[in-house]
Amino acid sequence: MTEAAAITFDPHVDEDRTSTGIPHDKMGMWVFLCSEVMFFTGLIGSYIVLRFGSVWPEPRHTLNIGLTAANTFILICSSVTMVKALEWIQRGDPRKMKLFMVLTLLGGTTFLGVQVFEYHHLLHHGFNPHVSLFGSTFFTMTGFHGFHVFCGVVCIAWCTGKAFLGKYTPEHHQGIETLGLYWHFVDLVWIILFAIVYLF
Amino acid sequence: MSNDTHQIPNYIAIFWWLLGLTLVELGWAVLMEHSKLLLASGLVITAVVKAVLVAMYFMHLKMERKLLGILFASTLILGAILVSVGIGEQVLPRP
Repeated sequence: MTEAAAITFDPHVDEDRTSTGIPHDKMGMWVFLCSEVMFFTGLIGSYIVLRFGSVWPEPRHTLNIGLTAANTFILICSSVTMVKALEWIQRGDPRKMKLFMVLTLLGGTTFLGVQVFEYHHLLHHGFNPHVSLFGSTFFTMTGFHGFHVFCGVVCIAWCTGKAFLGKYTPEHHQGIETLGLYWHFVDLVWIILFAIVYLF
Repeated sequence: MSNDTHQIPNYIAIFWWLLGLTLVELGWAVLMEHSKLLLASGLVITAVVKAVLVAMYFMHLKMERKLLGILFASTLILGAILVSVGIGEQVLPRP
């Protein structure tokens, strides 16, 4: 066996920091979020290009802006509760961390519920992906974002369960922070989508 | 967080900014509904400010190592270039 081939991974080596000084899972999440930026850029860019290049209906004539504004408020609130959960576990208060995790879960679930209601209402009134370019791009963009929220809600439920089992401490809470990064990114994308798809 | 000694930001103040900017967006959309250029300009500015607030304070980019900011900003810049090229294709007159 050559010297190079003899190099193996030792799982017992406790290397909790990368050469960058950033924990592995946080770095991984940031790299993933960068790929997500490109994914949503593709969707948003396509939407803008299509919109400039064709006749487009006024979104406010089809979509319920008030309801979606309220839903945006809910998602922003859930982002605040997520970051407060992180703050409280860092401050050494797991009880408040659990409370804010539950509130975040509630916010995410409510956002999804309102989006399902909105879809049902729009489809019931004949607005679907087949009806127009606006319909197809609307359901593609908000659908993919909704899927991201769904994934986030599942992960928040998982981490909330772990929080109630006492798995997070002021010293070890990287999971909450990594999940928080994803959740804030989902909020950030919605901020852009709300302005471009609903208000413009 | 990587920099464990940093000050915790005032998240509630950021929340009020985000809420206020959302209300400004809604008001702007109603006021400028007949002027698409002004509407788009206002919406882009408020959306970008809100996105920056979320990234800097909730995602802690302000307190993180610069590497993460550079990593994230590079994809945003690349994305902005791609979108600009697409818009240019549609808006600019063809030879």
